[in-house]
Amino acid sequence: MKASGRLTRRNALKLGAATAALPLVHIRTAGAAGKLSFGFWDHWVPQGNDVMQKQVAAWADKNKVEVQCDFITTNGNKLLLTTAAEDQAKTGHDVVTFLQWDALNHADSLEPMDDVMKRLTDAYGPVNDICGYVGKAKDHWLGVPSSSGAQNKGPCGRISVLKDAAGLDVVAMFPARDEHTAAADNWTYEAMLKAAEACQKVGMTFGIGLGQTGDSVDTAGSMFAAFGAELVNAKGEIAIKSDNVRQVLEYGQKWVKFLPADAVSYDDASNNRALISGKSALIWNPPSAWAVAKRDAPAVAADCWTFPAPAGPKGRFMPYVPFFWGLWKFSKNKSAAKDLIEYLSQRPQVEARCTAVDGYDLPPFESMIDFPVWDNVGPPKGTVYNYPIRKSAQEKAHIAAFPAPPDIAVQIYNRATMPTMLAKLQSGQTIPQVIAWATNELEGFTR
Amino acid sequence: MADGTSVPADLMGRAMSRARRSNGMQKFMRNRSTIAFLMALPLILLIFCLVLYPAVYAIYLAMLNKRMTQFVWFDNFVYLLNRNTFRLVIFQSCLFAVTAVILKALLGFMLAHLMHNISGRNQRIWRGLLLVPWVIPLALSTLTWWWMFDPSYSAFNWLLNRIGLDSVPWLGVGWTARACTILVNVWFGTPFFMIMYMAALKSVPEQLYEAADIDGASRLQKLFFVTLPMMRNIISITVLFSLIVTFADFDIVRILTAGGPQDMTHVFATYAFQVGIQSGDIPLGASISLFMLPILAVAAYFVLRGVNKRTQEIAA
Repeated sequence: MKASGRLTRRNALKLGAATAALPLVHIRTAGAAGKLSFGFWDHWVPQGNDVMQKQVAAWADKNKVEVQCDFITTNGNKLLLTTAAEDQAKTGHDVVTFLQWDALNHADSLEPMDDVMKRLTDAYGPVNDICGYVGKAKDHWLGVPSSSGAQNKGPCGRISVLKDAAGLDVVAMFPARDEHTAAADNWTYEAMLKAAEACQKVGMTFGIGLGQTGDSVDTAGSMFAAFGAELVNAKGEIAIKSDNVRQVLEYGQKWVKFLPADAVSYDDASNNRALISGKSALIWNPPSAWAVAKRDAPAVAADCWTFPAPAGPKGRFMPYVPFFWGLWKFSKNKSAAKDLIEYLSQRPQVEARCTAVDGYDLPPFESMIDFPVWDNVGPPKGTVYNYPIRKSAQEKAHIAAFPAPPDIAVQIYNRATMPTMLAKLQSGQTIPQVIAWATNELEGFTR
Repeated sequence: MADGTSVPADLMGRAMSRARRSNGMQKFMRNRSTIAFLMALPLILLIFCLVLYPAVYAIYLAMLNKRMTQFVWFDNFVYLLNRNTFRLVIFQSCLFAVTAVILKALLGFMLAHLMHNISGRNQRIWRGLLLVPWVIPLALSTLTWWWMFDPSYSAFNWLLNRIGLDSVPWLGVGWTARACTILVNVWFGTPFFMIMYMAALKSVPEQLYEAADIDGASRLQKLFFVTLPMMRNIISITVLFSLIVTFADFDIVRILTAGGPQDMTHVFATYAFQVGIQSGDIPLGASISLFMLPILAVAAYFVLRGVNKRTQEIAA
């Protein structure tokens, strides 16, 4: 007998009973707790992405959340454009990586992360001041400072060249242990000026730029801070007509003479190339230049030493580039996103990632500066020991244009006002001309 | 009619009205303008989504304050015009576009003539070779130029050093950097002019030259009184098209100089990117990019008016 295709009362009852029973059965799948998409920064060091992917997979498996990881490069400003587009479209990743000022640029679209930050700071202590300066708006955390990508951009010099040409023994000044030496006090801007002159004479010009990109801005920003030269003060007032600014520009007039002839056209790769090609005695950069030299020019890498910034009348200031993980307000799985960010920010995860990338990533929490990776990396062993800020260095993390209100500072930074002031000095303009030009620019930024 | 062949009147009426409707639809579909519209509809929708909507949105953005919370009308434009750096950007954009377009037009014209006078297979080879700069993706070819200008590994400086001259900081000095950006644009854009002018040259009737020969015209006279008048429309449209593309250029300046040294090579697009995207002031960035609109609209108006006038003269 052929079965009837009609829906009988008996069949309907069976189907109803089965449907009602469905929610009682807990089917646990990989995505049971929802989906999450995370836009990570595409690390220079390939292992950086691998270890991140593994950590995310471990968390996703434990929490039954389906996580999609996208590693977005900063080349060609792709990460910057992604965040700008997602903010305009109100769709995209749940969590994205923000560099430096970007979280502030999207402050209105980001979920406050105060709860996560409270738990993390309770466990690991405070983060450095710059994280708070560019990561907070109206006293709320816009993102969680991440170790992935965070970097210091201090001096990295050729040990033998600095010793032979300029008489500077940087290894003795800043050894691979947290110890303050008497010689370290002599590492000042005046000493750097003399060293630059001596190295130029032997054809090993310092690879420091006066261009429009981050490396030039960070180096100039650190120099201005060391002289206490604020262009705009914390209240948002233009403070350029000060003795400190004049003093740093007077120093700059001497300094620019020892920079490369094409310093104004330097980009963020020029200094790396200068060091790796063996034509430069010193650059200001994270250890990525050293890492590339280790692969392409091992003899150069074995002669490199990373050490703190020189001191000026107002102290030592290390250029610091913070990265943040920010959660969009339009995200549909905020609690899972916060959990994942918190997991990735915990000490074991941070240490595993930091070790995988030879210490390139700097943890935002000061208590995590004791990872052994910086002691061991080489050659030469300990070359990046002083890459994180050590207590003995008496140094502060800094970002160019600090302490101006961030909405003004971001323009000073991105318009490269400070290196352009130095570039104008290099082109022969006088200090009053440079100040007049910068004042006009700053009036525009503070509108 | 009770024999079963009869059709009720209301049914008949409905069938007729359906037939009339279908007839109307067929007529509507047969209408050439309707077909043309329907066939162009995908393109119209594409232009609306990718050009018109973003353009209107950009105008809207340009009238907002930095936080995008308040309508400020033309304040952003007024503010920009008061900034020295922006005046420099206007100057540089005009210098870049006008110089590059003039050079491309001149070189393209000369090359087109040379090509036109080469016959057979050789012309195809040369034409193919000269089109190479235009075929390579601009970002890639600009990177190659950048390597050639690079201070450490510059091929040009290597050659200069070999003949005992000093290295030149190609991208490090304002006017040299400006010249370099224009040079790369000319190198990239000349083949477009060449190919357009070659097509125009081929369309000039041979009889006109024969008539000019009979009248005893020299080569120069033939160029000025036969070739150029016959090419005027193509020249105008090519120049207009190139002016628009050159004014909107981003890749070359961004890759070669990023606007430096000292903002001397910034054009509207690179400056808009720096202010709008990098510094987080999207309304001001939109205002900068819209500065091109009136300049190009005026240029387009005059050029297209000239083209129309000449077309009407020819038709008359």
